[in-house]
Amino acid sequence: MEKKITLAVKNLKKVIGKREIIKGLTFDLREGEVFGFLGPNGAGKTTTIRMLVGLIKPTAGSIRICDYNVEEQFQEAMNNLGCIVENPELYPYLSGYNNLLHFARMIDGIGEERIKEVTELVGLSDRIHDKVKTYSLGMRQRLGIAQALLGRPKVLILDEPTNGLDPAGIREMRQFIRFLAEEEGLSVLVSSHLLSEIQLLCDRVAIISRGTIVRIDTVQQLLANRERVVWRISPLEKGKQVLSSFTSIEEMEDGTLLTEFDEQKTPEWNKQLVKAGVSVTEIYRKMPVLEDLFLELTGGDTIE
Amino acid sequence: MNRLIQNEMMKLIAKKRLVVIALIIGVLVILFTYAQYKQVETQREKLGTSDWRTTLQQQIVDTTNRLSSSRISDEWKKQLQISLQQQQYYLDHDINPSEPGAPTFIRIFLESSIDLFIPLMVMVIASDLVSSEHSLGSIKLLLTRPVKRWKVLLSKYITLCLAISLIIAIAGVLSYLISGVVFGYKGWGAPILTGFNVTDTGLNTSEVKLLSQWKFLLMDFGLVWFVAIVVGTLSFMLSVLIRSTAAGMGVMLAALISGAILNNMVSSWESAKYFFMVNLRLTDYMKGTAPPIEGMNLSFSMMVLIIWWIAALVVSFIAFTKKDVY
Repeated sequence: MEKKITLAVKNLKKVIGKREIIKGLTFDLREGEVFGFLGPNGAGKTTTIRMLVGLIKPTAGSIRICDYNVEEQFQEAMNNLGCIVENPELYPYLSGYNNLLHFARMIDGIGEERIKEVTELVGLSDRIHDKVKTYSLGMRQRLGIAQALLGRPKVLILDEPTNGLDPAGIREMRQFIRFLAEEEGLSVLVSSHLLSEIQLLCDRVAIISRGTIVRIDTVQQLLANRERVVWRISPLEKGKQVLSSFTSIEEMEDGTLLTEFDEQKTPEWNKQLVKAGVSVTEIYRKMPVLEDLFLELTGGDTIE
Repeated sequence: MNRLIQNEMMKLIAKKRLVVIALIIGVLVILFTYAQYKQVETQREKLGTSDWRTTLQQQIVDTTNRLSSSRISDEWKKQLQISLQQQQYYLDHDINPSEPGAPTFIRIFLESSIDLFIPLMVMVIASDLVSSEHSLGSIKLLLTRPVKRWKVLLSKYITLCLAISLIIAIAGVLSYLISGVVFGYKGWGAPILTGFNVTDTGLNTSEVKLLSQWKFLLMDFGLVWFVAIVVGTLSFMLSVLIRSTAAGMGVMLAALISGAILNNMVSSWESAKYFFMVNLRLTDYMKGTAPPIEGMNLSFSMMVLIIWWIAALVVSFIAFTKKDVY
């Protein structure tokens, strides 16, 4: 059975001055899914997100959150939405707890119990009574998520959630978002300009460029046949001979070789290399960079 | 709505703005008290060391003598009677007329701070109430809650009105407590002359009457509060329209100062009386000082201020609910 649609965007447009910034976006989010919003800076990600959360009025089109129109039934729609737009800009002069209290007071029926719950959920219980200005970026990010979860939303919108986090923090955030989607059944919309991040986190991706959606697909589909393998081998000439008998190769400037990636064939090629007496120092998979993907999908229409 | 106002109050208190304002008022009151004290001292030196009661008694005898004379006009007689009443009061209540008590100090303080100092303090709070949310970025969190935008703004406005009332109360209490140390806490019932009317034919004293100081003060406080609310609303509007707190403050400051300057030179430019900033000295009408422009009186000034107030409110609410937030 198809899962319920929690966020439906139809033919969304925004004109600022004479320029059309967003040129008709249509996409859906389903229950329990992490949806990636991928595009270079300036593609219209943030403008779109701001329209989704009601900060900017769309010029045309409709946004429905749990079947409530964001413009006409603002309160009902917002009751089902949690969001962080860009950085979680909380009040630095208040304690974490008071920040949560502040936003809890703006939602009906959310009391201290829920504040305690979300604090524990994001693991901030120790520092919750300290002023936010003493928090690290990662803690602020977590407090931001706690704030977004206060109203038990069905849809969570996170704009660049891993921005500025260290690798450990990024991993933690990723696990947390997956947990929310899989265990709590939230629909999460995540925007990013990093393909690697979207790939690890999302189920489906919309690639957006210059205000239009270039493609919506599952991550597997999008990346299929686009991964490459990097080989560092010696002696180089002999290795080249062996590999080129299986597939086409590309020689890089730093003395490594680039081939296609194939789940079954790549280990086999490695075996053959070793058999032929070539020592393999390094093999790794390489993601296509966003720019390459863009070139491919848009036919040369890259970042403005 | 209550919870929203609680929120705004929490932020206001956490920012410690009110504490800063109370400190500023405190320091200024100390300064003014000292200045006033010096003034009284010089006056006393000029008058000599003789007991002020004897001097006052002499004055009363003089006035009574002049009243019994038949040559003076009725109007003049009335004035003399008023001043006689005043002098008698001072004598009866053991108040030295050249030495003000704390209530007199409050009155002088309020009258001289109504057009610049109190509005300035109000501005400190009003001008960043909305724009600080913009510069902090928290506006994005504030406006994505299940609360309509006009409610968010209204909660901020009510908070502003509460803060203004608090500032004026602080000003009153501090000036009473601090100046009382030097001048004594007496003088609530002292009679004050009011009811002057400046008309085309000159000063009309037909409605002049004596009012106890505490009644007079109550009216003064009301007028100051009214002016503060209007100025606060105007800076509040600027705070909505201009995202930068500094720019909003600058505009408001320029307007207030230009008002003080215009007051001294617009007597021939009649339409200048529709500016809000030349209408701020409401307490002057109570004292009977001539208005800066002919045709201005208490009700006219209040009308002008009310119109500015309504316009500012309407603009604030429309702009805030309609504007895209980036």
